[in-house]
Amino acid sequence: MCTVCGCGDTSVDPGQAHGHSHEHDHPHDHAHPHDHAHPHPHDHAHGHAHHHHDHHDHQHDHDHAHPPAGSIDFGGGIAGVHVPGLTQARVVQIERDILAKNDSYADENRARFAASGTFVLNVVSSPGSGKTTLLVKTITDLKAQFPIAVIEGDQQTANDAQRIRATGAPAIQINTGKGCHLDAHMVGHALDQLPNTTDGLLFIENVGNLVCPAAFDLGEAHKVVVLSITEGEDKPLKYPHMFAASDLLLLNKIDLLPHLDFDLAATIEYARRVNPKIEVLTVSAKSGEGMPAFYAWIARRAAAARAAAKAAE
Amino acid sequence: MHEMALCESMIEIIEREARAQQFARVRAVWVEIGALSHVDAEAMRFCFSAVAHGGIAADARFEIVSLPGEAWCMSCSTTVPLAQRSEPCPHCGGYQLQVTAGDELRVKELEVD
Repeated sequence: MCTVCGCGDTSVDPGQAHGHSHEHDHPHDHAHPHDHAHPHPHDHAHGHAHHHHDHHDHQHDHDHAHPPAGSIDFGGGIAGVHVPGLTQARVVQIERDILAKNDSYADENRARFAASGTFVLNVVSSPGSGKTTLLVKTITDLKAQFPIAVIEGDQQTANDAQRIRATGAPAIQINTGKGCHLDAHMVGHALDQLPNTTDGLLFIENVGNLVCPAAFDLGEAHKVVVLSITEGEDKPLKYPHMFAASDLLLLNKIDLLPHLDFDLAATIEYARRVNPKIEVLTVSAKSGEGMPAFYAWIARRAAAARAAAKAAE
Repeated sequence: MHEMALCESMIEIIEREARAQQFARVRAVWVEIGALSHVDAEAMRFCFSAVAHGGIAADARFEIVSLPGEAWCMSCSTTVPLAQRSEPCPHCGGYQLQVTAGDELRVKELEVD
């Protein structure tokens, strides 16, 4: 066993987390960042509900070493910074996902949507990308086809909900106050006040923010990220988490393309760097260009949601 | 600043645990934060001290356990290290990557009295 950090003596792939050598001559009583790395990944990589793990041919055959049986792991937490005299205190292992509570509310919402065959999109973007205009256009064009409801999230004002209600669709405005995102609990409350959208669509327009809403599952079928081409091409690289969390990218305001130096191909390439599976549609909520493709995208998935609800009856 | 909301969730987790396991004070909190998670570790530390103020975990040490990012490269059919999203596969230079580890955000353990 390595006497410096307590890892085993198996060979270590330099590319792996434990690629450090011990030839450096700095004192070894510091907390080793890599010490922490290896006892953990395996436990939770498989354990908790991890949506990234949907293709399970990922082999966790990391070459880095586990402490052999019977050895003491000095990296497992408290021991990583062990100080004599800690004996009065005890260590409680809890291993809880910080988002677990939100995710359990999201699961409740998702069950409600599944039971009613409602297809739900969580629409995210920076402020000013045209989310509300896009929804107004979509509702106007699809309201004959589906019952549609909207949950609007903004820090303040009910302006967006009023714009939606003008289309005839019911809308609930959630004001987050100082909050920067919607969470699943807020959405559950809003659902209580919305009419039933059996076999219909629910759009959740999140707070305009390309950072925080990425973290919160609301129970939606998909996150749809809207990026207007008046923003920069490199938004997907600057805000990768949102693009990684979304299944569809709508490049909006495409009617302005002739007037702008906007590299569409580069934007799409950047989005696919952070999310190789993301689908991309170019649309203009104003001119209607490209919108039918978005409607077809919705209709296919909404039909699947309805079929699943029927099958479960 | 969703770190603030996440730290409020942490306090809830800790308080629930305090009732279940009968402890009155938290001296230290170990939090696992993956390199590819959506939070800034130092922002978490800052928010936690603000949110914990006056409660059971007031003045608790906030210990960050950094976990490395990993992805499955669909082109190479292998697991590769990934320091941040939008980086290429270190072997083939491509971006056909599916994150498999490093987005953790968990309260791992507490040191309590």
